[in-house]
Amino acid sequence: MADLTLQVNGQQRALSGVDESTPLLWVLRDELGLVGAKFGCGISQCGACTVLVDGAPVRSCSLPAKAVSGAVTTIEGLAPDDAPLTALQQAWVDLDVAQCGYCQAGQIMAAEGLLRRNPSPSDAEIDEAMTPNLCRCGTYLRIREAVKTAARNRERDAGNTGAPA
Amino acid sequence: MTTLNYADIHATFAAVNPALADDGSADAKNGSAAHAPAQLRVAKLGRRQFMQLTGLAGGGLMLAFTLRAPRAAAQTAGEALAPNGFIRIDADGILIFAKNPEIGQGVKTSLPMIVAEELDAAWEDVRVEQAPIDAAVYGVQFAGGSMSIPMNWDPLRQAGATARAMLVGAAAARLGVSPADLRTQDSHVLHPGGKLAYTELAAEAAAMPVPEAESLTLKKRGEYRLLGQRITGVDNDALVRGKPLFGVDKTLPGMKYATYQKCDAIGGKVKSANLDAIKAMPGVHDAFVLEGNANAMELAPGVAIVADSTWAAIRAKRALQVEWDETEAATDSWRDAAARAEALRGESGTRVVDAGDVDGAFAAAGKRVDASYAYNFVTHAQLEPMNCTARFAGGAIEMWSPTQTPGFAIRNVANVLGIAPDKVAVHQLRCGGGFGRRLYNDFMCEAAAIAQRVEGVPVKLQWTREDDMCCDLFRAGGFHHVAGAVDGDGKVSAWRDHFVTFTNDGERPVSSLSPRVFPSGLLANVRFEQTQLDWKTRCAAWRAPGSNVFAFVVQSFLHELAAEAGRDHLEVLLEVLGEPRWLKDGDPAVLHTGRAAGVVRLAAERAGWGRELPKGRALGLAFYFSHAGHIAEVADVSVDAAKRVKVHKVTVAADVGPIVNLSGAENQIQGSVVDGLSTMMGLAVTFEKGRAEQTNFDRYPMLRMPATPAVDVHFVDSEFSPTGLGEPALPPLAPAVCNAIYAATGDRVRTMPISEAGYRLA
Repeated sequence: MADLTLQVNGQQRALSGVDESTPLLWVLRDELGLVGAKFGCGISQCGACTVLVDGAPVRSCSLPAKAVSGAVTTIEGLAPDDAPLTALQQAWVDLDVAQCGYCQAGQIMAAEGLLRRNPSPSDAEIDEAMTPNLCRCGTYLRIREAVKTAARNRERDAGNTGAPA
Repeated sequence: MTTLNYADIHATFAAVNPALADDGSADAKNGSAAHAPAQLRVAKLGRRQFMQLTGLAGGGLMLAFTLRAPRAAAQTAGEALAPNGFIRIDADGILIFAKNPEIGQGVKTSLPMIVAEELDAAWEDVRVEQAPIDAAVYGVQFAGGSMSIPMNWDPLRQAGATARAMLVGAAAARLGVSPADLRTQDSHVLHPGGKLAYTELAAEAAAMPVPEAESLTLKKRGEYRLLGQRITGVDNDALVRGKPLFGVDKTLPGMKYATYQKCDAIGGKVKSANLDAIKAMPGVHDAFVLEGNANAMELAPGVAIVADSTWAAIRAKRALQVEWDETEAATDSWRDAAARAEALRGESGTRVVDAGDVDGAFAAAGKRVDASYAYNFVTHAQLEPMNCTARFAGGAIEMWSPTQTPGFAIRNVANVLGIAPDKVAVHQLRCGGGFGRRLYNDFMCEAAAIAQRVEGVPVKLQWTREDDMCCDLFRAGGFHHVAGAVDGDGKVSAWRDHFVTFTNDGERPVSSLSPRVFPSGLLANVRFEQTQLDWKTRCAAWRAPGSNVFAFVVQSFLHELAAEAGRDHLEVLLEVLGEPRWLKDGDPAVLHTGRAAGVVRLAAERAGWGRELPKGRALGLAFYFSHAGHIAEVADVSVDAAKRVKVHKVTVAADVGPIVNLSGAENQIQGSVVDGLSTMMGLAVTFEKGRAEQTNFDRYPMLRMPATPAVDVHFVDSEFSPTGLGEPALPPLAPAVCNAIYAATGDRVRTMPISEAGYRLA
């Protein structure tokens, strides 16, 4: 058992008495009540548990929480407290991507990681970045389209921000 | 009343739970031979009897769903308009209840859309909530058999129209005019001098008499404003924010976390376990043995661990050492089954269908083809592993569950706990995929038994992925020895299929051919035979039961016969379908050859059937009718010398009647294509010593984004009643791809997954 400090969605979270082997996923879900990241396989095969650490997608089901020193971003951190959805989330809604929806938080975080490092990815780059994430319902066509839509809208929004009023 | 004769529903319900019928209330009495389709056994559904069972000529079964709107719920005088269980309108807004479990098929959005259309509510004014599980108000609530739309189409339209009529009545009374002088639009009653909001009229409308269903005027199709539009899912905002929606997200104050270890070979019992060591582990609250109740669909024997966190429970489960008594455990072997099936090649089985003069037609045939097809077991792999949260106190239990059959679950749980069904309350939570797995409530029975043991403490049972794959109710494998005759005119003249299937109970087959299976009813001379192999591992419904494998066999083999005759596949398929006719007039569960030919022609035309393609690339065609849906698919496929397969595009033509939610409908077809391709390319669960050999996704390579083909969807705008889309678009995919592979290479693939024939994704 160990004490643990994590930086999650911009906040320092101190935890005590956490088993040393506990994966980040279960700390997020059971200890911090952030249930957006999902348990699917437990062996980094499905990506339902994907969150960002320092902006890069990781499979939180297999990553011991104690090994995490960077800033963790979960799906709850994208538009916290019912703030307006980000362009990425909005694309998911506008294109009605989800079927069962269980994988989609992981898909969105994988896409967020991609767009942070590559704001205008090609189809092939999207496919490559999204390969770790399974969608059992088979919504891949809409996921790909939503990532492309979000990339366009993020560029537009960034342009607007920079423009004089 | 509308009656739906759904042969496909056998497979969905046949194995839901034999114990549910132990009260003897609803056993199908079809008086047919033991080889007939699985005896359907469902629970007595109370005096309202939403579901009736009737024998059907030919050994099949008919399920008659009596459709009527739920009786009026008690009105809260002067406050809210709530004339039935689906609608509640008050000054604050319009609430519509979604009746059935949401498993990804989109019914939490599409069913309320039907209500809103007839209510004439503006969709943006509508808030949707999951309906409580209450048979007295809603009748049977379930997600299965692609039945939600066809079963609820009439009652939901009536529910909406009822409230609309009451709102119009209230407006007429207030204005002192005739209801006939008023109309409705966008949540308002319109009158010559202006408009009145439904929310404003709700209290007065609640005092109006509830009109008889017969007095209601339902909209004509041309009047629809909402149905047929693209509507995003009602949970999508919450989903993309990661809010708690799913079973797995449920938490209760003071909740403990449980795991449950069963024998990997079904039927194994606990001989001993290192319970003391487990109980001494950090974070472990308790560990104990459950004996089970001798019903494999309810509570199998095992060891329960209750802990302070999911991880503590999983860690303890990994450290658990159980000595199993496997005296009565499964010893199933896929290799043995395959060898036994192979030995049956050329042998006869029990006749299921024997129409015309099959032997005579073969004797007179110009050509004949003999072939053997096989397919493996597969697992559901719904992405959310089984879980259920339960609290047992004071002799009653409250449960929060992602199940497809909440009503049946009440019976299961009551049976396991030895309490009355009215002591079981189930709250429906969103399901992370279903595919048929959640028709079975073994996981809820386990959670209930654990909760009873730790009485007063809320507990969430969490299966691991390994639990999920070891303890699934699998889509059974099977083997078909088929033969076809082609006459001197090049027409398909006779068809034989000896289906080697399995039986879990020594009596009923886990899957069965029937007079509804193609090409029965279409060709004059058809013989289906079956042989059952004993198999202890549980087998049950998996998306489009029966059809998901039969389509592969029969639509591939038809192409074989066309090739043998030297004729175009499209031409032969249309010839077999023949003149436009409904094989049983007015029965949506029965093939309509005109609708079938319509989608076949449409898919062929849109895919450019007959066009020149480069070497190694070809189109493949398949049609299948299942779950009341007529679907044709054309796959555009390249195959290289190393047997690498690239599916460029799948063109789908579907006739499922009017479309409720265009976005949802298209999504179901896109997903069915991906699921079909994923499964036929590389998915198999093999068994040795009664144990699944694939226990997580590392050995179960589901399709990922790069291999996803373009999917071009076309709906036929037909006048028939709408039917469901959760299943019927999956079956044609595998034969369409295999027919394309043949067309591209000359190699006929007769096994699924086709990885077993050396093919893999490019």
